[in-house]
Amino acid sequence: MSTETKQETIRLNIKRQESPETASYWEEFEIPYRPNMNVISALMEIQRNPVNAKGQKTTAVTWDANCLEEVCGACSMVINGNARQSCTALIDQFEQPIKLEPMSTFPIVRDLQVDRSFMFDNLKRVKAWVPIDGTYDLGPGPRMPEKKRQVAYELSKCMSCGVCLEVCPNVNSKSDFMGAAPISQVRLFNLHPTGSMTKNERLDALMGTGGIAECGMAQNCVEACPKGIPLTTSIASMQRETTFHMFKSFFGSDHEVN
Amino acid sequence: MSKQDSGFYIRRLHSLLGVIPLGVFLIQHLLVNFTATYSEEAFNFAAGIMGNLPFVILLEVFIIYLPILFHGIYGIYIAFTAKMNVGHYSTYRNWMFVLQRVSGVIAFIFIAVHVYQTRVQVFFGDEVNFQMVEEVVANPFWLAFWLIGVVATVFHFANGLWSFMITWGITQSKRSQQVMSYLAILVFLVISTIGVMAILAFV
Repeated sequence: MSTETKQETIRLNIKRQESPETASYWEEFEIPYRPNMNVISALMEIQRNPVNAKGQKTTAVTWDANCLEEVCGACSMVINGNARQSCTALIDQFEQPIKLEPMSTFPIVRDLQVDRSFMFDNLKRVKAWVPIDGTYDLGPGPRMPEKKRQVAYELSKCMSCGVCLEVCPNVNSKSDFMGAAPISQVRLFNLHPTGSMTKNERLDALMGTGGIAECGMAQNCVEACPKGIPLTTSIASMQRETTFHMFKSFFGSDHEVN
Repeated sequence: MSKQDSGFYIRRLHSLLGVIPLGVFLIQHLLVNFTATYSEEAFNFAAGIMGNLPFVILLEVFIIYLPILFHGIYGIYIAFTAKMNVGHYSTYRNWMFVLQRVSGVIAFIFIAVHVYQTRVQVFFGDEVNFQMVEEVVANPFWLAFWLIGVVATVFHFANGLWSFMITWGITQSKRSQQVMSYLAILVFLVISTIGVMAILAFV
């Protein structure tokens, strides 16, 4: 444990915006240093004492957070230029002043809070689930081969944090592209033995507006994914599946009768 | 903004046309040009065969003009719906993403001017031969324009092959995509050398 009493401070430069309609502005904060702080605890410090670096009283900065262990994806923001989760962003690892911005791909609610509905709507559109609800017990499903399970496990780590959409040059206000996360989820649920029974519905959805064909292959998503999910492999896999699906549904195929 | 669900098929068609027929035609065109490095007669002979193919106007319309108009116009739409971010994320592939769009726009402008300078002149009673090209590239501006245009077009083709392989579902694994990256570089180097040598043969 460090015994030094030297008074240190942390400087934060935060991009703020009061509401979706108002203009954004930058505000600097200087808060007392404590060991082992992360960006969230720094924001909590501002919440406790909302005074900016000039000593003026201001409003507390708002942000989203939930699990604080990088599994929920809620606290994603752009920290010193890189989109990531703020809960695992340790203050000691950053150059100061630490620049905090909301993710620019999503509509801003307030300050660092964004509305990620666009991604959730696309997950619904591609039916990223296994449909098992019904009026009677269907019994146990087919077994999943171990090798498939291992691939599926990696894909299942997706926490819908939105970082892959934020870094994608093709996800923006001029395009409808859904981004990597929903495409990779189609791969996950199409790998599942029960989920694969409805795989064509998901492929059809991927072939709709804003679907897989709009991927520009800049491959930023796989570099930025905090969970290390092989997103570009997933996209390429779904490119292949949709290509086959296109030919099979036009020319006809017994492999598509289900 | 494409609101229609035909978007998928249009994108697949866009990808296909870039290689067949446009990529194939590009290589064939540059090989014909390359005969200029042998002699003036060799070039005039090769260009003469191309110009005197039966139904040449139909071949041109269906193998070149229509595919290139579709690929070019839709491509420009694609290029302008992107929000480039190489500043923050300057990886090799993100740079290729930007260069693919920049080279595509350059190629489209170059090809439009190039068709005007050569093929359209035929309608005005000119003949496509060694002398015609020689006169164009005698102007240093047009020489630079042609060199940049050819290199950009070949780059667009070579890098487009890489994404073609993903679009059609051939290269799925990271390793195969990496190997394809090297192949695309090789294609770019070889074909752009052929193209540049051919132009310099007219200087």
